Amino acid sequence: MTETRTMDRPDRRNILDEAAQGVIGTPMDRPEGKLKVSGTATYAHEYNLPGTAFGVLVRATVPSGRLAHVNETSVADIEGILGVYSDERFLRNPAQGGANEAPVQGTDIDYFGQAVALVVAETFEAARDGATRIQLRLDADDDGVFDPASSPPEAQPDEAVDQGDLSAAMADAAHSIDVTYTTPGHNSAAMEPHCSVAEWQDGNLILRGSYQMLKYNRNEIADAIGIDPAKVRILSPYVGGGFGSKLGIAPEAVAAAIAAKALNRPVCVALTRQQVFENVMRRSESKQRVRLAADKDGKLSGLGHEAWVSNLPEESFAEPVLQATHFLYGGDSRKLDLYLHRVNRICAGSVRAPGEAIGMQILENAMDELAHEAGIDPVELRIRNIPDMHPEKDIPYTSRKMEEALRTGAEAFGWDKRPAKPATRREGEWLVGMGMATAARINMLQASEARVTLKADGTAIVETDMTDIGTGTYSILTQIAAEMLGLPSERVTTILGDTDLPPAAGSGGSWGAASSGSSVFVACEEIRERIAERLDCKPDELTLKDGQAICGNRSTPLADLLDSDICVEGRIESGKLSQKVQSATYGAHFAEVAVNAVTGETRVRRMLGVFGCGRILNEKTARSQCIGGMTWGMGIALHEDLMFDLRDGHLTNRDLAEYHVPVNLDVPQQDVIFIDERDGESSPIQAKGIGELGICGAAAAITNAIFNATGVRVRDYPATLDKIIAEMA
Amino acid sequence: MRPFEYQRCDTVTDARQAGAGGSRFIAGGTNLLDLMKLQIETPQDLADINRIGLDTIDETDEGGLRIGALVRNSDCAADARILRDYPVLARAILAGASGQLRNRATTGGNLCQRTRCSYFYDTAMPCNKREPGTGCGARGGQNRNMAVLGTSEHCIATYPGDMAVAMYALDATVEIQAADGGTRLLPVRQFHRLPGDTPERDNELDEGELITAVLLPKPVGGKHGYRKARDRASYAFALVSLASVVEVSDGKIARADLAFGSLGTRPWHDPRLEQLLVGEEPSKALFEKAADTLLAEAKGFGGNDFKIPLARRMLIATLADATGLNAAGEPA
Repeated sequence: MTETRTMDRPDRRNILDEAAQGVIGTPMDRPEGKLKVSGTATYAHEYNLPGTAFGVLVRATVPSGRLAHVNETSVADIEGILGVYSDERFLRNPAQGGANEAPVQGTDIDYFGQAVALVVAETFEAARDGATRIQLRLDADDDGVFDPASSPPEAQPDEAVDQGDLSAAMADAAHSIDVTYTTPGHNSAAMEPHCSVAEWQDGNLILRGSYQMLKYNRNEIADAIGIDPAKVRILSPYVGGGFGSKLGIAPEAVAAAIAAKALNRPVCVALTRQQVFENVMRRSESKQRVRLAADKDGKLSGLGHEAWVSNLPEESFAEPVLQATHFLYGGDSRKLDLYLHRVNRICAGSVRAPGEAIGMQILENAMDELAHEAGIDPVELRIRNIPDMHPEKDIPYTSRKMEEALRTGAEAFGWDKRPAKPATRREGEWLVGMGMATAARINMLQASEARVTLKADGTAIVETDMTDIGTGTYSILTQIAAEMLGLPSERVTTILGDTDLPPAAGSGGSWGAASSGSSVFVACEEIRERIAERLDCKPDELTLKDGQAICGNRSTPLADLLDSDICVEGRIESGKLSQKVQSATYGAHFAEVAVNAVTGETRVRRMLGVFGCGRILNEKTARSQCIGGMTWGMGIALHEDLMFDLRDGHLTNRDLAEYHVPVNLDVPQQDVIFIDERDGESSPIQAKGIGELGICGAAAAITNAIFNATGVRVRDYPATLDKIIAEMA
Repeated sequence: MRPFEYQRCDTVTDARQAGAGGSRFIAGGTNLLDLMKLQIETPQDLADINRIGLDTIDETDEGGLRIGALVRNSDCAADARILRDYPVLARAILAGASGQLRNRATTGGNLCQRTRCSYFYDTAMPCNKREPGTGCGARGGQNRNMAVLGTSEHCIATYPGDMAVAMYALDATVEIQAADGGTRLLPVRQFHRLPGDTPERDNELDEGELITAVLLPKPVGGKHGYRKARDRASYAFALVSLASVVEVSDGKIARADLAFGSLGTRPWHDPRLEQLLVGEEPSKALFEKAADTLLAEAKGFGGNDFKIPLARRMLIATLADATGLNAAGEPA
């Protein structure tokens, strides 16, 4: 049976706090950690199914046109070649997160690097040789658009806000800021490149791959190749990083399925690193204009945020740059607009914290500019502008730890030692400064299901098609079940990543832990009731601890109470509450940087992130995610930049030598502080999302620190040395 | 990757014969394997020279050092004599690549790494260096890290290495064995070629020739420095690098051996700088004149224009630091 909980009203019972096992929230090691560090966790590419053939995708070398002919004989002399495939069912680009259907398909070419064919061979090396040498006839069109700004912007009405009179507010303001910034494209570059191993058995497709949201991925691949979703099984027990890049089914999966069917043997298609850059979702570049109007005390009377982003023709995704701007700060007069340019460039889609990662970055740079202009401390300016009610919807907020995070962070970081005047602290050749930014990210609860079985021997199994993309899902679901059922965590086994199991929310949008965790919680609550019934006590009088059921002065081993397994499926759904309140996570970033006075090179000396994300389910995996986000924020501030050739739209930095992310030597001391919080309006386990908050605003803290160090305001990201020395004496 | 024949050489003689037979040499493979995987280079025969010896650093009769061609970069940078007498070389090596790459990369192989750019690395792009006659994709394209000195209409790629830049400053000599067994000595400052109209040739090695050692002259003293400006703290090519050996004697500059990386199409040594600086009293005006001289013919292509002011800032700061001037350009 399925127990369903709809989030129509708050759950402030804080049952996980009252439970006695004491495992929830602890920094428990990952149950699968030893497998991962010893190389025995099986990732997609490592299945080595008997008879596996290897495929390598072939790229289009024109940016617009169509595939007219594949000359298969051009690779016929390569030993071990098994076949060359191209098909109207090939995907032009990956599906967007939650698409639940195939994206654009076919052999029309819309961007340079699009995968148009697959060469399959006995070995990966032969397949790659074939993919490099195969002759394709490509009919090129000359109507490609390679500079986003050269196509007309399409307004996104759902994002538009026009409230009050911003122009008047700007004119009347004691202090005002009107600034335009640009951010470049980013790639997730997950450590595990995308890989799919397709195998057909009796007309059913088994797909072993690296995906984030299996219940959608199953429908997407079924739609793409034209079979019943019931005939698809997807296995993704281990995923080596996702960050949004594995939300939707991608070209390699469909190509592998088609080739495996034709060859009647398993086909493994992994992307090379260059293909990860060229075929996987990019974060759109953006141009953003922010206007801020404030009174003499820095209180906002008006706020404008306009953004221009891009995507391929026919893709509806437009980077939701304004997502946090809608609710974060007050200001009665508001003008928000989002525009989408069409461009022949790699598909744009969700990359960690779509919207806030670059939207908060620029909003928080603009707030820093306002603080400087008004002569108000940047932390104080933020605090003065925390609104009582949602400034556009006039609804209340759920638990919001923004002010606590700002004050706690300022204290812990030593913010009072920041030079108020820029470019006044010098240590030898280095100019030193501090910066800060608010962190914010929307929070969502998504439908999710899990099955929990309390076995007669007093162990438990949690099963769901939820994924662990390195985030810690195995840990937190184990901890929730162990806490609720009163079991040591070693007696709980969590099984993930199999579409034969109850469908989960998947890993995306930071909703995985709260959504999937709540489904486990709901199932466990029902199991507790059944145990209580057997003990003839009320559920709230029941204590479960170390495999004992305790009611009053009676203590009974669980195994003695169970003559058979208790199996319950739990389901959580978002409900009416989500329309009545604004749920989000908040925090504060602080950074200290040193900028070389000769070369303009920036080195980050230390970072602190303070976050309020509801209940922390596992202190270690939560911290790791925040540190990862902060590190990526450093990359966005200083390094990351998809560099396109504007003559044909091809990407010129397609590997990790040329697309720079921070390396060990770049990453300084990073500290994370969690604000104790329970948000019963956001989920029955009082938890919220955490995976994306760490990146939101982090880049702005660093570039605001560069301004404090040097007096140079770089408004064209990343803040590389050339842009700094251009403004420096 | 194309199938290839692989032969392991045990002696220098084996290697010479393999080279005479048309084999490509492979040592650390840190560049060649990359290029083979991407089929930018497709050698049919590889001769593995990792076991032929040439892996020691020995003192020469002239009082310098002979660094065997197969001495690993990590070992070279950690050698006590290098650290004591040629610190510019140790610093340059440690500023390059990553620990893993330095453990594999060899002295001779490092000198032979390809001069390259992202258009060279993408076989769908025109590139006169990879495929002569196809044109230069980098001109008019993304050229942030291209050269501003020594370019030709056919190629603007920069030599990206660090080790060689220090060897240029030290005026080292490359010992080369020809396929017929003869040995020749070539000043390292003449080892790499300007692209001209043959950008496919990065250096002066003839087919079958093998670097056997790099010879360092006897220690010269002075203040050694290697300054590398780059986009991140490690595992990034220089945007501009500067190897310097500078000595002041009796208030005058007695030595100013300077070489630049990632500025030109080859490691860049401009003899006019020594002529201008040596014998003069250090001053900001003098250093600015040196920068004017260095960069007089520099030409940017848009994305790399910043290298010109960057090199200028680095040269002036390095000379000021080495000669004891303060930030204002006055004697400290």
